[in-house]
Amino acid sequence: MRNLFVRECGNYKTTYKNDMKLFGTTGDKVKWLILLLLLFTVPFYVSNYWVGLLTLCAISAIGAIGLNILTGFTGQISIGVGAFLGVGGYTTAILTTTYGLSFWISLPLAGIVTALVGGLFGIPSLRLKGLYLAIATLAAQVIITFVISRWDSVTGGTAGMVLSRPSLGNYSFVSNTSYYYLTLIILLLTVLYATNLLRTRVGRAFLAVRDRDIAAQIMGINLFYYKVLAFIISSFFVGIAGALLAHYTMIVSPELYNIHVSIQYLAMILIGGLGSIFGSILGAAFITLLPVGLNSIVDFLTVYMPDFYQLFSAFKEFVFGLAIILFLIFEPGGLAHIWQNIKNYFKLWPFSY
Amino acid sequence: MFFLQMLINGIVVGSIYGLVALGFVLIYRASGALNLANGEFVIFGPYICLVIMTALKVPFLVAFLVTLIVSAILGLVIERLVIRPLLNAPAISVIMATLGLSSLLAGAVHMIWGHTTRTFPPVFPQTPLNLGGIIVTPVYLWSFIIVLILLIIFSIFFKYSKIGLAMRAVADDRTAALSMGMSVKFVLATTWMIAAMVAAIGGVLLGNINGVSPTMSAIGLTVLPVVILGGLDSVLGAIVGGFIIGILQNLAGGYLDPLVGGGLKEVVPFIVVLLILMLKPHGLFGSRGIERV
Repeated sequence: MRNLFVRECGNYKTTYKNDMKLFGTTGDKVKWLILLLLLFTVPFYVSNYWVGLLTLCAISAIGAIGLNILTGFTGQISIGVGAFLGVGGYTTAILTTTYGLSFWISLPLAGIVTALVGGLFGIPSLRLKGLYLAIATLAAQVIITFVISRWDSVTGGTAGMVLSRPSLGNYSFVSNTSYYYLTLIILLLTVLYATNLLRTRVGRAFLAVRDRDIAAQIMGINLFYYKVLAFIISSFFVGIAGALLAHYTMIVSPELYNIHVSIQYLAMILIGGLGSIFGSILGAAFITLLPVGLNSIVDFLTVYMPDFYQLFSAFKEFVFGLAIILFLIFEPGGLAHIWQNIKNYFKLWPFSY
Repeated sequence: MFFLQMLINGIVVGSIYGLVALGFVLIYRASGALNLANGEFVIFGPYICLVIMTALKVPFLVAFLVTLIVSAILGLVIERLVIRPLLNAPAISVIMATLGLSSLLAGAVHMIWGHTTRTFPPVFPQTPLNLGGIIVTPVYLWSFIIVLILLIIFSIFFKYSKIGLAMRAVADDRTAALSMGMSVKFVLATTWMIAAMVAAIGGVLLGNINGVSPTMSAIGLTVLPVVILGGLDSVLGAIVGGFIIGILQNLAGGYLDPLVGGGLKEVVPFIVVLLILMLKPHGLFGSRGIERV
């Protein structure tokens, strides 16, 4: 076996098949194996609180990958993710509590229902682009949350609904650790699907639509089909994330799915890196853990400024906005790009030129 | 009579919408960006005005003028720090930057002034006017008049003044405008300055009606449908759209709200927007762009 730390120093691929391989080198395989091992053993050496946080990160990452398929790969801006999360969450809530279906059936159904709703609101995307589409999805956000909060007989109105954790046979996913494994497996499947999607005709069509949709149409890509398809695939994952989140927090209510959630998800893919799957995960972790980090800063500051704690929510909002703006100005490529830079630096180290 | 009262209510609320929508249109016209932080621009104005009025005990008009100056500076600073670095960035970057800005400004307002609602000392006469059975509060009448004045000013401004023409040119084709010797940076800075001032005017009027609180920024979202309905780049469209949405909102609130249990006022504009986007994507008065590969 070759030295793992010596990376390939050129492109030796001679066939297309070789070039498209997911795991090109032994180094790649070992790297992924170590990462998987690390992810699966995390609950053994961190506290229960952190396992819970990691679960939230994983759920957000699924949603962020979904949104990235739409916004990062296909270039269709959506400010309606929050509502689509809500559709997923409410679908599973209604199916499991009102109709008594099992979680394992309601989870994919939540994805499918959200995909249908997303596809419906994606129809205007044929005629609209950029700003106008953003407004149309914003309209979707407002209308969906309105319907959820007013359709009392089905959704329980503003009071929301209470869910339970899923179970398999006699085993119930009540503990944080078990739910962590569940979301981790779904996240890995999502990553695998999204990575493979990019290597297919559909994925390349998405990229073509993003770069210049009229040019793509001239090249024979059916714009309507691919734009709506992007909305459908993206909403499917967002719906799955919504369902997982609903079963994790065990409650759904209209306020949990407002416009700020949509903005948070957009911030995730933007800070992580548009059009990067790895970036979506990094961004989801960043945005999910940001309040936790700020909390400890505020705890530290209250020693000196006792009044500061009351300002915490405002301070959180302030820093959130600041983070978005700083990333946009100084690192538009996001965390994924920073990671790439670090890797390149060490690849050439110590001769960086 | 009920219908007429609803209609008049719609018109007066619509005039405020039109005023706030003007801020969107101005920025869109010059930079092709949508300022989603406009709602937060709107709350800064009345807070500053209020602080000046109560702290320095000056009359309303003086405080108002100072507010305009402070808002102009705020607009300039934001343009310089946030918008200019993103001059050539894609649409989503600018959208996200303004969303980030709205979060940042909202956080700042909360941290400085807290969450409580404050009320303006009475500025406009309080006794409602009775126009043949229909009741109109003077504040609304004033906002209606101010909107009409601003509409005329901006129509003339864009048509005849040098800087107004430069704004249109920059919006149309930035590169061409640059090569004709216009300073794109100067034009953009002026636009953000004017937009911040317009937002402050709208905010002060709104603050006189409902009191000043951070929740006022919601108008930023309510007004988006107005801009889309009127056409993103039309001053007249902003005003007319404001009236239409205001009237529809009040009629829906008056007649349909009892059927669905309230809250329709916030949703009706967005339903209108979806319809308009499907039927006439560039709004009632917006200009249609031609795209070449």
